Amino acid sequence: MNIVIVGHVDHGKSTVIGRLLVDTNSLPDGKLEQVRENCERNFRPFEYAFLIDALKDEQSQGITIDSARVFFKTAKRDYIIIDAPGHIEFLKNMITGASHAEAALLVIDANEGVRENSRRHGYMLSMLGINQITVLVNKMDLVDYSREVYEIIVSEYTAFLEQINVKPACFVPISGTLGVNITENHKTIPWYNGKTVLDALADFHSMSDIEDKPFRMPVQDVYKFTRFGDSRRIVAGTILTGSVSVGDELLFFPSGKKSRVKSIEVFNAQQPSTIAAPCTTGLTLSEQIYITRGELAVKASEKKPCITSRIKTSLFWLGRKPMTPHRDYYLRIGTDRTQVSIEKTLRVLNADTLQWTDTKETIERHEVAECILQLSNPIAFDTAENNPMTSRFVIIDNFEISGGGIIHQDLNDSGSWVRNGVYTRNYKWEKSGIPGDHRAERLGQNAAMIIITGKKDSGKKTIARALENRLFDDGKVIYFLGIGNVLYGVDADIKGRSIHENENIEHIRRLAEIAHIMIDAGIILLVTAIDLQQSDIDIIKTIVDPQKIETIWIGDRGTSGLTCDLYIKNPKNIEESVSIIKDLLQEKSIIFKPDR
Amino acid sequence: MDHLDRLENISIHIIREAYANFKNLCMLWSIGKDSTVLLWLTRKAFFGHVPFPLVHIDTAYKIPEMIQYRDRLAHEWNLMMIVGQNEEALEQKLTFPDGAIDRIACCRNLKTRALINTLNGKWKRLRYNHRINAYEVDRNTEPYTGVIVGARADEEGSRSKERYFSPRDTYSEWDVGDQPPEFWNQFKTDFAPGTHLRIHPLLDWTELNVWEYIERENIPTVSLYYNHGDGKRYRSLGCWPCTNPIDSKSKNVREIIEELKSGNLKNIAERSGRAQDRDDGGGLETLRREGYM
Repeated sequence: MNIVIVGHVDHGKSTVIGRLLVDTNSLPDGKLEQVRENCERNFRPFEYAFLIDALKDEQSQGITIDSARVFFKTAKRDYIIIDAPGHIEFLKNMITGASHAEAALLVIDANEGVRENSRRHGYMLSMLGINQITVLVNKMDLVDYSREVYEIIVSEYTAFLEQINVKPACFVPISGTLGVNITENHKTIPWYNGKTVLDALADFHSMSDIEDKPFRMPVQDVYKFTRFGDSRRIVAGTILTGSVSVGDELLFFPSGKKSRVKSIEVFNAQQPSTIAAPCTTGLTLSEQIYITRGELAVKASEKKPCITSRIKTSLFWLGRKPMTPHRDYYLRIGTDRTQVSIEKTLRVLNADTLQWTDTKETIERHEVAECILQLSNPIAFDTAENNPMTSRFVIIDNFEISGGGIIHQDLNDSGSWVRNGVYTRNYKWEKSGIPGDHRAERLGQNAAMIIITGKKDSGKKTIARALENRLFDDGKVIYFLGIGNVLYGVDADIKGRSIHENENIEHIRRLAEIAHIMIDAGIILLVTAIDLQQSDIDIIKTIVDPQKIETIWIGDRGTSGLTCDLYIKNPKNIEESVSIIKDLLQEKSIIFKPDR
Repeated sequence: MDHLDRLENISIHIIREAYANFKNLCMLWSIGKDSTVLLWLTRKAFFGHVPFPLVHIDTAYKIPEMIQYRDRLAHEWNLMMIVGQNEEALEQKLTFPDGAIDRIACCRNLKTRALINTLNGKWKRLRYNHRINAYEVDRNTEPYTGVIVGARADEEGSRSKERYFSPRDTYSEWDVGDQPPEFWNQFKTDFAPGTHLRIHPLLDWTELNVWEYIERENIPTVSLYYNHGDGKRYRSLGCWPCTNPIDSKSKNVREIIEELKSGNLKNIAERSGRAQDRDDGGGLETLRREGYM
């Protein structure tokens, strides 16, 4: 089990580790004697902390002991103690080391009391998701084993941990130097009947509960090694929590697509029928769906993750430049990655005073903050309270990991209700018995939604009609859907009431649902609309597979910020415009080139 | 899940992250036990395939059996094999065995410089052609932006400071003091143009773990690692003028594991047979900062 040991500088971390090693007989032969002799030769009093230094020195000479990692064994289990640096300048390294731990020992000097790093480290541990913390009140011999001193520290630090929602496993009064309550309680402290450090370590429970949580696997990649003569299509990833079996129904978020596990693939061994966290794996699916890296695979029978593009978070910042509102960063969660900016900084914990302020907007290096983040695309996650593993994200600034955080709450974004409807629709959808690729083969085309937009009177509809004719003549199944046809038909109940924002979205939603049906039928659907906004396209893409949408802008762009697949600036010649669009459709394999 | 399984899973995750994030990715294969374990993990990660090239730097002083073993596996496992060499230094005899320079300078010439210039595509790369069973000049001269390496943290001091994803600048230099943080399975996979990343999936493995894994998975290794009756074997493989066999009776993987666990190798450094490590203190860290593996 990996344990990280943290605390303020000189509060005695190394002495505690040294004592643990000696009292559990975990040192290499002759090591203790060698260090003692060294001390005598240099007229220095022996200190247990020297053992750690000696082990580190040895490593630089090439013997197999890790500098930041100390190995020791008890009858119960093997431990790796990660010695995290106490200096603030090394916070980056402390986080790197501590993130590999399952539990923590936090050392506080009884003589000095709670210091800034005692608190900062406590806070960082809770952010990193290490919520098993045992607090060692060290150097009790220097305060004459005073119960009063001990209890002041216990109540002060417990109050601090409470603020950050951490419940310490226990407090242990110790003396590293004299070996008091490290491995045995000899009643040196008469009023203390509790655990020793070794007991406290034994009480930490291993992360085995990750298997009992719902299945969560970020899709790392979809492999198809056809060039090596392998036709399997394998969805690869590392299972973060839970387990999955052959035959399980899977959902992929944020796309909301559905399939079933056909096999669990392995190299050079018998295929298992079930696999659990924290394994890496590869799954083949019984129904082929188009998914990519970044989706979160979950089981249809289990609790669904949250999906939104607005989140309430706690984050710590490590970047040299402060994190500021109105600037774009990248957020990575699982294998997903999207642009992010601060919508609102709720409060910031000052790194020096450890006081919260709610007037600050920017987050400086080594500061911790609570803020609302706005993402450019929805992500799938769980809240930290439900599943810490899938609530963790990092923030990238200028190619560097510059911050990290956890998500506390999913907030509604403009597309939430549309998305939720789509997930239910996908789940309830009765699939046709004719697979999509059979339909595509028969019709000689891949179904798609072609959206032609632009300013008023730019000739969109003329071009769309000409395109419909041309493709029809080519033998394609294409249909031009006039917006009016939808407005007075499907939208009759809400027509003219579109003052309310949501009803505008409702028009778009209904159009997109029609498109979804027509695409499923194998048809190429052609739609024109005046001056579509990115937010409109985002809603359409929530409802219709984004891979099957082509957007074309006709005429002057003006101030439109919409990203399209094709721009036709000067659409004077209708036939020419139609040919350009046809080229695009061939390039995207919606229609095939004549020679294929 | 036992410790080897844990190590295996972390390594596979890292190899897949590298493959997903780097278009021009390669893996260094020294033919030694560590990078061969790495190659095996790659085949596990990709269900039997190795979807990126393997780069071997041939100093021309490698023990001949190593080259035979390399080409045999390249053939059997369908590997995209790339070989690079410092032809100029060899032609001008600027090497330690030629008596021209010391060991560290020789490593710099035949390994570091050959490696840097093979990775950046400035020097000739030879590529194994499976159809004609021979090496020919590779037409691809694009620089590799991600390089997977079999370094382990426990090998020697400088390697214990490495991260899983460790950035190198345009000159392959390594800034030991200011490395990016790594946590929650998130690594440095974003990088500025002109820089490249070294990826270390075996960082958490020890020498003992490597041998235990070789035994468990039955991975083929070069016979130089084993004693064939003369009481000598290689513990670490390199160029023959600078690598000496150690005294050991171990004839197979099991005996090596026992020897490492409880026998006479329990507390002796692995690279003790490598002369260049001893030539000057800190020599390896200097070489590593310059781009040595």
